[in-house]
Amino acid sequence: MTVQFPRKSGRIALQSAAVFALAALAVPALGQARDPAYEAARAAGQVGELVDGYLGFPSSPTAEVRRVADAVNITRRKIYTQRALTQHSTVEEYAFTTACRLILKTAPGEKYQAPDGTWHTRTAGEAPSRDPKCIAADALPG
Amino acid sequence: MNSFELTYRALAAKTGPMQGSSVHIAAGKRRSQRRRVTAAMMAMGSALAIGGCVSVSAPDKPIVIELNINIKQDVVYRLAGDVAKTIDDNPGAF
Repeated sequence: MTVQFPRKSGRIALQSAAVFALAALAVPALGQARDPAYEAARAAGQVGELVDGYLGFPSSPTAEVRRVADAVNITRRKIYTQRALTQHSTVEEYAFTTACRLILKTAPGEKYQAPDGTWHTRTAGEAPSRDPKCIAADALPG
Repeated sequence: MNSFELTYRALAAKTGPMQGSSVHIAAGKRRSQRRRVTAAMMAMGSALAIGGCVSVSAPDKPIVIELNINIKQDVVYRLAGDVAKTIDDNPGAF
């Protein structure tokens, strides 16, 4: 950007606005927004959060639901593998820790897997049933 | 403890550490082995007698194997910060 501004703060503000605008255009390609089909499947309880950090199927999925979940799971696996490498943990450990937070973040009506393997539906105002180790994932260190 | 001592606990309790004779122990072992074989034969026989076709059917719910039991809590704690950031950075995947 070569627009001249009298003050440096103005120039920086314009440049960061431009960066944000470009980022917003690139949103779907970077996976920064949920696929609407994924949103719909999640809200309908056709996919749910597994304890191992991936999406599972509380009921037998249609081909479309399976496609949506597979796409999300492949992305998640890639992310877990990258982050586990930098954080010096196994992929499973990273995925499990992520699952702790994801299950906590489920909206009421969405499905998640309890530690005993059964599917539960998240209700408002009630903490989800999680592995006891997940408490450690809630406290942000530092 | 060997299986003879497990089977004949009272005798093992009364016998001192180096005092059981090997013949004695061997005989006991043979006895308990014979008993094991007899028990097995009886179980098989009764199964056949009951009319024994066993049908194996898969459960209709998927079998869930918990793989997370070996993950330590301090690892979860250590990763918590980075996990929170990762979820925020990649909303499309989560």
